Amino acid sequence: MISFNNVSKKYTDNSVALEGVSFDVSPNEFVSIVGPSGSGKTTLIKLILAEEKPTSGKVYLRDSDIHSLSGEDLNQLRRKIGVVFQDFRLLPNKNVFENIAFAMEAAGREEGEIEADVPHVLELVDLPHKAWNFPHELSGGEKQRVAIARAIVNQPDIIIADEPTGNLDPMNTYDIVQILKKINDLGTTVVLTTHNKGVIDSIGRRVITMQEGRVVRDDPSGKYIL
Amino acid sequence: MEAKTEFKTKLRRVMKAGFVNFFRSGYVSLASVLVMIITLSTIASVIFMGAIFNTTLEELRNKVDVNVYFLTSSSEQDILDLQKRLESLPEVANIEYISREQALANFKLRHENDQITLQALEELGDNPLGAALNIKAKEPSQYQGIADFLGQDNILSRDGESIIKVNYLQNKTAIDRLTKIIDSSKTLSSVVMLLLVVISIVITLNTIRLAIYVSREEIGVMQLVGASKNYIRGPFVITGIMYGLVASILTLIMFLPITYWLGGVTENFFIGLNIFSYYLSNIFQITFIILLSGIAIGAASSLLAVRRYLKL
Repeated sequence: MISFNNVSKKYTDNSVALEGVSFDVSPNEFVSIVGPSGSGKTTLIKLILAEEKPTSGKVYLRDSDIHSLSGEDLNQLRRKIGVVFQDFRLLPNKNVFENIAFAMEAAGREEGEIEADVPHVLELVDLPHKAWNFPHELSGGEKQRVAIARAIVNQPDIIIADEPTGNLDPMNTYDIVQILKKINDLGTTVVLTTHNKGVIDSIGRRVITMQEGRVVRDDPSGKYIL
Repeated sequence: MEAKTEFKTKLRRVMKAGFVNFFRSGYVSLASVLVMIITLSTIASVIFMGAIFNTTLEELRNKVDVNVYFLTSSSEQDILDLQKRLESLPEVANIEYISREQALANFKLRHENDQITLQALEELGDNPLGAALNIKAKEPSQYQGIADFLGQDNILSRDGESIIKVNYLQNKTAIDRLTKIIDSSKTLSSVVMLLLVVISIVITLNTIRLAIYVSREEIGVMQLVGASKNYIRGPFVITGIMYGLVASILTLIMFLPITYWLGGVTENFFIGLNIFSYYLSNIFQITFIILLSGIAIGAASSLLAVRRYLKL
C-alpha cells in the first residue's frame, strides 16, 4: 500500500530529517510511528502527502511514485488519503457540516451523496448534534472528531494521523484511538504518529520506532520502547 | 467512486462559498471594502477633475475670437461686403454682425448700474459706437490666418485709411497665457492623481493580501484534502469581486451628496461646469468605470494573493 524505498530528506546540508528509510505498509494494517521530537515523524508524513519532496529515494502509494505526480493526478491521489493533524486544521469559516462537505465537494461528489454521507460520518464520530456549530464553538476532542469525520468521508484507502492526540486529555485521547481502531476494522489502512506511550500500548499493533531520521526498530506487535 | 460533478455545480459551489465567506469574515470584509472605497474615490475624483479641466479649457478656447470694429462713418454696405468675403474663408465658422444700434444697446446694458457713464453717453447726443463683426473660427489655431487676412492693407479702406480695427492680438496673449496655465496644471494634477490611484491600488492589494494571509493554513488544508487549484482559488476571487462590488456601489452613492455639495462651488469657480449635473448626465459611464475598476482590482488582488499559498 505504502512503500518507502531508501528515502532521505535533507532540508539543508546540516539538517538531515530522514536518512535511508525503507519500509512497507500492507493494506488494512494499523501502523504506529513513534520517536522523540525531531526524529523525522512529521517529515515522513509530509512525504506521504507530497507536501515535501524527498532528496533521494522514492515513495510509492499503490504502485505510483507520489512525487512524480502533479496537478489533477496529485489531487486524485490526495482524495484517497484522509489526514488528521495534531492541530485539527478545520476551516474556521465553515461549520462542521460544511467542513466535512468540503472534502466531498473537492472530490467532485454530488449534492445528494453529500446530504446522505455527512450525517452518517457524524454519527460515526458521535457528533450529529454539532453539525451546525463552527470550529471555535467546539472542544479540542470534538474538533479532532470532526477532523476524523472529514478524513474518512471520502472512504479513503489510507488514514494518516499525525499526532492526533497531542492536544487532547486522556479521555478524548482514548476516544480518538477507539475511533481510529474502528476505522481500521472497517478495512482502512491507518498510519499514526505519536509519542504517547499509553496510546501505543493500548493499540498493540505494528510499531515503527524512529530516531534521528532512521528506523531503529520495527515490531509487528510492539510496545513503546525507547 | 470518482463521481464527476458538472461544471455548473462546481460554479454554484464556488459562488456560494465566496458569498458566504464575505459575510462570515465580517471585519476583514469591512476593512477591505473601506480601503477599496478610497481607491475607487480616487479614480472617481480623477474623472471629475478631468471633466473640470477639459470644460474649462474648452470654454476658454471659445472665448478667443476676432472682433473687427468699424469706424462710425463706415457704411453698412461696406460692412456686409466684408462679412460676405470673410464668410467665404474656409477657416471661418460663423460671423455675428453687431450693428451700431445694437452695440449701443449692449453698452448700456453692460453699464446699467453706472450712472456717470450713461450720463456721459447721454451728453454726447450721437451714438459714438461703431458697428462690429464678431468672427469665430472652426479651430483655435485658425485665428492667426483670419487676423492675417484682415491685416492686409487694402482689405477695406477709404482714402487710403483703414476703417477697421482688429482686436485679435491683445486678447490672444491673455488667453494663450491662461490656456497654458490651465494646461500645465492639468498635466500636473493628472500626474499627482495617477500616483494616488497607483498608491491606493497597491494599498488595496495589500489589504486583500492580508485578508487572505489569514486563510493561508486553510488553503493548505484544502490542498491536502485534494481540492483542485481552481476550486480553492474560486471562492477567494468571488469574495474579492464582492469587495469591489460593494465598494463601488457605496462610492457611487457617496459621490451623489459630495458632488451636489461641490456643484455650486465648481459652477462659480470654473467656467460653468456643475459637477453634480455632470455626474448625473454621465451616470452610466461613471458607474461602468467604477464598477469595472472595483471588480477588476478585487478579483486581481485575490488571484495574486492566493497564488502565493497554492504551492503544495
